[in-house]
Amino acid sequence: MGDSKLDLLQGTLDLMVLQTLAAMGSMHGYGIARRIEQVSGEEVLLNQGTIYASLVRLQQRGWIQGKWGTSENNRKAKFYSITAAGRKQLAADAAYWERLAGVMGRVLAMQDEGGGQ
Amino acid sequence: MTGSRGSSAKTHSVSASLRRALNRLRSFFRKEPLDRDFNEEMASHLDMAIEENLQRGMPPEEARRQALVRFGGTQQLREQHRETRGLPWLDMLTQDLRFTLRTLRRDRGFTLVAVLILGLGIGANVAVFSVVNTILLRPLPFHQPKQLVRILTKKDTGGESSQTFSADATQALQRQTRSFQSVTGYFAFTASDNYKLQGKGEPLPISGLNVMGNFFQTLGVQPVVGRVFTDEECLKNSRPVVLLSYPFWKRQFHSDPQIVGQAINLSGTPVTVIGVLPESFDFGSFFSPGTKMDIYVPAILDDMRDWGNTMALVGRLKPGITLEQAQAEADILFTRLPFNLRHPEYGGGYAGRLLGMKDYVSGKLRRSLIVLWCAVGLILLIVCVNLSNLLLARTAARSKEFAMRSALGAGRWRLVRQLLTESLVLASAGALLGLGFAYAVIHDLAHQGSIALPLLSQIHVDGSVLAWTILIAVVCGVLFGLAPGLRMAGGNLQETLKDSGVGTSEGRQHERLRNVLVISEVALACVLLVGAGLLLRSFLRVLDIDLGFHPSRAAAIQVEYDADTSEKRSAALQEILRRIQALPGIEAAGISDVLPLSRNRSWGISAKGKDYRKGELEDTFLFVTTPGYLDAMGIRLLEGRDFTWQDGPKSENVVIINQTIARKLWPGQNPVGQIAQINGDDRRVIGVVADVRESSVEGYGGWQMYLPATQAGPVGAELVVRTSLPPDALASSVMRTLRELNPAQPATEFRTIQSFVDHAISPRRFFMLLVSSFAGLGLLLASLGIYGVVSYSVTRQTHEIGIRMALGASRARVQTDVIRRTLRLALIGIGVGTVVAFGVSRLIASLLFGTEPADPITFAGMVLLLGAVALIAGYLPARRASRIDPMIALRTN
Repeated sequence: MGDSKLDLLQGTLDLMVLQTLAAMGSMHGYGIARRIEQVSGEEVLLNQGTIYASLVRLQQRGWIQGKWGTSENNRKAKFYSITAAGRKQLAADAAYWERLAGVMGRVLAMQDEGGGQ
Repeated sequence: MTGSRGSSAKTHSVSASLRRALNRLRSFFRKEPLDRDFNEEMASHLDMAIEENLQRGMPPEEARRQALVRFGGTQQLREQHRETRGLPWLDMLTQDLRFTLRTLRRDRGFTLVAVLILGLGIGANVAVFSVVNTILLRPLPFHQPKQLVRILTKKDTGGESSQTFSADATQALQRQTRSFQSVTGYFAFTASDNYKLQGKGEPLPISGLNVMGNFFQTLGVQPVVGRVFTDEECLKNSRPVVLLSYPFWKRQFHSDPQIVGQAINLSGTPVTVIGVLPESFDFGSFFSPGTKMDIYVPAILDDMRDWGNTMALVGRLKPGITLEQAQAEADILFTRLPFNLRHPEYGGGYAGRLLGMKDYVSGKLRRSLIVLWCAVGLILLIVCVNLSNLLLARTAARSKEFAMRSALGAGRWRLVRQLLTESLVLASAGALLGLGFAYAVIHDLAHQGSIALPLLSQIHVDGSVLAWTILIAVVCGVLFGLAPGLRMAGGNLQETLKDSGVGTSEGRQHERLRNVLVISEVALACVLLVGAGLLLRSFLRVLDIDLGFHPSRAAAIQVEYDADTSEKRSAALQEILRRIQALPGIEAAGISDVLPLSRNRSWGISAKGKDYRKGELEDTFLFVTTPGYLDAMGIRLLEGRDFTWQDGPKSENVVIINQTIARKLWPGQNPVGQIAQINGDDRRVIGVVADVRESSVEGYGGWQMYLPATQAGPVGAELVVRTSLPPDALASSVMRTLRELNPAQPATEFRTIQSFVDHAISPRRFFMLLVSSFAGLGLLLASLGIYGVVSYSVTRQTHEIGIRMALGASRARVQTDVIRRTLRLALIGIGVGTVVAFGVSRLIASLLFGTEPADPITFAGMVLLLGAVALIAGYLPARRASRIDPMIALRTN
């Protein structure tokens, strides 16, 4: 695995998009994709296009909304922003991930100790 | 631990899921704008990516290439986008549907035949289901119908009289019962046209029923206008009131609600209309199939105390009381019920038998209806097998198309789904057509009055009928679509593509499947035919029954006359008969108060001077008649003489008895001249007549006796005439004569005696006709199936047959070969069918009359019929095969 990029778990992309919009405010699809790439240190394996399936899902659930507008360099683009329901969902999902990450960390640590016997 | 909460992140709130589902559905209908929107979004995305790459210093070509690589395949993304936002399965379904409609339109002949066959099969099923649903499955249209109980007696002879109770017994029961909330009843011996509606033009004969005051409350029937009877209105000398039935109100008073409170003239008495009953309440359809009641009047029990057993009773159980508990109470209570309180010497006590109302109404029909249901189910099976076969032939012809599509990347499941869609579309079209057929049949059944089946007037297409239609359409579609679908799924792609088609014989496996289908079709048709044959033979046997009278060329009309003493009555009757007999075309005329196969009443008879054990004597049907009645009815006088006008009120009391009484009361003696005791009077037996079928054509006639109208009180007057002309031709002259004698004679109907017989056997005729038409349909479908398979294989083998004929096979040889193959299929089917029919016929044994379940004539007849039809179905393609010109057959390939 030369340039080992992370395969995204089902649903994690949605969470990333929500978090990005929560942190950065209104953004277009390209911006969100770039932002995720940058933050992840280019570690996430992502066809930029897949972001749009995620955006449709979130939009249909009512967690984000999209509106056509003009970008900083005067280009027509669709801008997405997070809704109140989206923020609530983000909080719930983030809490869940943190707990899961904590538990996974502890479990994996235990395995390390066991292996050292 | 976390495991229990693991799913929380994935379970979104219900509102989010719901909103997503709605949005997906909405997206399905907004494909184009959404696609355009996404295309623009992708373009804008790529533009921005290219711009950034250019800014990083990439050459334009490379900037564009990099942007596209990072973005991913646009076509795939478009697909993904569509699937995520819309409903992919619905997309595919519409695609399949569109394709199906296109193919079916191209193959119009096939579609037409398939839809027609399905329409017939499904229509028959829906119609029968609605009959079964109405009569067997649906609860009766009363309040809490399960609490309703019909109160009968344990006697099984004597007709209505033995199933009724006296006024005193009824009231004692009402007071003493602990099981019933209420007990009610109606006067069981109502004749049709027993009232005259006067005031406007000719007096109109109408039928009215006397019911107890709490009748409608007990059943839980609410009037649509006005109110029901009060207790006071059922007392002696109370103000006369009447309730109208819905159809009568509609017909006679144009549904005018103002009629309530007004008085109408009933047989000369002004009677106040107090209400109108709902359309759903049709007395005849619950209590007396085939009769129509126009009006309901209170039964004044005080007037009826000396009438004997005349009330038919219905009770409503208290909540929580079971039928068994009520029966246990009845077993004790009924033995103590009085018969007549003023005459305790008449005795008393009854043996009560309680029967759930639903059982009373439809219990006897359960088996017939289930048989009908099964027969119609068989039809559906045959239809499915037939269509399966048709579709198989089509799939075989289309196998190249499917192989091609499969080679081009269509998944197997997708192709099977395509086939299933096709069969479901056909089934739905068939179901629509069938619903149309069924609707017509149901409408017809609901509005006829000649079939004596209960509840028929209540039949209509309702939610459960529609649900049943959808269910069988789906089951049908899957059933007949499955075989071709599975064959498709199991088929070998390369083989099919390589197969050069017409020239070579088709895969054996394929042919075997089609043969199995045809054989099962023939077997199913065989079962149906045998069943129908047995019912038909029973019906013919019933028609052959010696009724004891001759219905042909005899007709009856209800007569009214004025007479308050027996002398006047005697004179009036004599005058009517004298005038009627003088009419041209009249061979014989006589009057009886009741006619066989209509209503009945019973008394008792015993030989004078003998003691009888309890149960030795039977309730005896009573006919009060004039001289000439026996001749007019065609009742055979076996010994002695008919009444004469000399048997008057002052002369010796006489009676004519039937053969059964003669045999039971005076075995081995000449009954003529013996003295019988009837109702406390001595009567001399002057004649013995043949037994007449009294309450049913098929049942035991029972004890029957005739008293002269000059010596006993008749309960009506039915003039019976025997004519040399068609009865209809006499109707006007008879009516004119009756009007001359009595201007108040209502315009009663002139009914042929045959119509009584027809009415009595109408349920049997109804079932027989239905099962026979199903069997006919089954036969047609089976022959179509045979024809289809043989014809198809001949077409496939044109080339092969050509070669054989070129090598010297004669036309006759080719023809015989095809016919032999057909007969082999048919014979296997018939063999299997006969074995199954043998078992099935045992199950319908109780529906047969005078016919053994294994009746050899029926079996042989049906086997021959089926064989002959199969032969014809095979002969047509065989002739075609023998006419193949080898030169042309060989050249065309």
